[in-house]
Amino acid sequence: MFNVKRKIFLMLAVSLAIGITVTAAQADDDHGREGHGGEGHVKTTLKAPANSLWQKECAACHIAYAPGLLNAESWRKVMAGLDKHFNSDASLPAREAAEISAFLQNNASGKTGAATLRISETAWFKRQHDGHEISPEVWKRAAVKSPANCAACHPQAERGNFNEHEIRIPR
Amino acid sequence: MNRTIVMVTIISGLLVRPVFAQTPVEILASIQKEAGSGAKGFSAARGETFFKTKQGGDMSCSSCHTDNPAATGKHAKTGKAINPLAPSANAERFTDPAKVDKWFKRNCNDVLARVCTPQEKGDFLTYLLTIRG
Ligand code: HEC
Ligand code: HEC
Ligand code: HEC
Repeated sequence: MFNVKRKIFLMLAVSLAIGITVTAAQADDDHGREGHGGEGHVKTTLKAPANSLWQKECAACHIAYAPGLLNAESWRKVMAGLDKHFNSDASLPAREAAEISAFLQNNASGKTGAATLRISETAWFKRQHDGHEISPEVWKRAAVKSPANCAACHPQAERGNFNEHEIRIPR
Repeated sequence: MNRTIVMVTIISGLLVRPVFAQTPVEILASIQKEAGSGAKGFSAARGETFFKTKQGGDMSCSSCHTDNPAATGKHAKTGKAINPLAPSANAERFTDPAKVDKWFKRNCNDVLARVCTPQEKGDFLTYLLTIRG
């Protein structure tokens, strides 16, 4: 009796382990290459478990920036200043702000480095975007306007996909 | 037997209906209540002027919602599309009091650097309700 239970438990444990390994491998595949260069390990796709409140509240004025684009301390700072959010009032009831803040921090990038409010001010962003590939004039085009307008050049940005091969610079 | 069926129907009806859903007219009525009896009546003409006029700063409501409340808007800072504001063009508008309060607070702050008065909100919604989509 006891033995049978142990056997079942073992089988379950083994199949669970296999399951996790397979999922991890697929996930890795999915996430594709990592961005190159120094401490900046920026995944080119940043799929996060969705949070419907975040999706609703943080995609009203711009795309919902994927949690993996900033580190936890940065998100804490962003969420602490929603009433003066880039010259806009984006304030939320405390309970909703707390839920979104937890979601963002739990899925944040693991990068160290100073907290910034802007993704476009992080070291990895500058490394990926400054210089040779994009001329300064491009950022001023009407269809781009702001470095925060990721979707202007990364059509899949809303889904957290910044893959190099999908990039389209607007005229 | 019949009574049970009726009861079940009523209860499931209550369950299906979103708890706080209202109609734009109900929301206008609660703004009226907020304004109190001292207020002058709401005016669509005043609401239209309010909607289209820059109020001190460099923005008006129409900076993002365009001059036509039945049209798709465009966020003045980010360029993101905004679904039409007029209930005749967008059935979701003015049906969720918490959402209405949240955006009045935010947008009035951005445009007027203060909250809107019940009079301003009432005029504004009265104007929107005259728009045929
Ligand atoms: C009321 C409108 C509004 C809402 C709601 C809003 N934002 Fe923003 N957000 C803005 C504006 C405006 C900017 C500045 C865009 C620019 O500079 O082009 C911005 C910029 C940002 C940036 C910086 C992008 C960059 O790299 O420059 C982050 C991060 C951000 N928002 C996160 C959030 C989060 C998280 C939420 C949800 C809690 C949220 N926003 C909700 C208006 C809003
Ligand atoms: C003006 C167009 C433009 C805008 C706007 C823009 N990007 Fe990019 N981005 C590029 C280009 C071009 C590259 C490729 C650079 C290279 O490979 O050298 C790139 C590369 C990237 C990469 C690395 C991709 C890879 O496969 O290695 C990430 C991640 C990224 N961008 C995220 C963002 C985010 C997040 C935003 C908004 C906050 C943004 N980008 C805004 C043009 C843009
Ligand atoms: C900077 C851009 C901007 C300006 C200026 C602006 N709004 Fe909005 N407004 C928005 C956005 C974004 C939403 C939410 C988008 C959505 O729900 O699709 C919104 C939604 C609303 C809603 C919510 C309606 C509902 O039930 O869904 C109301 C009410 C509103 N705005 C009123 C105003 C008023 C009044 C003004 C002028 C005092 C104004 N707005 C100015 C961007 C703006």
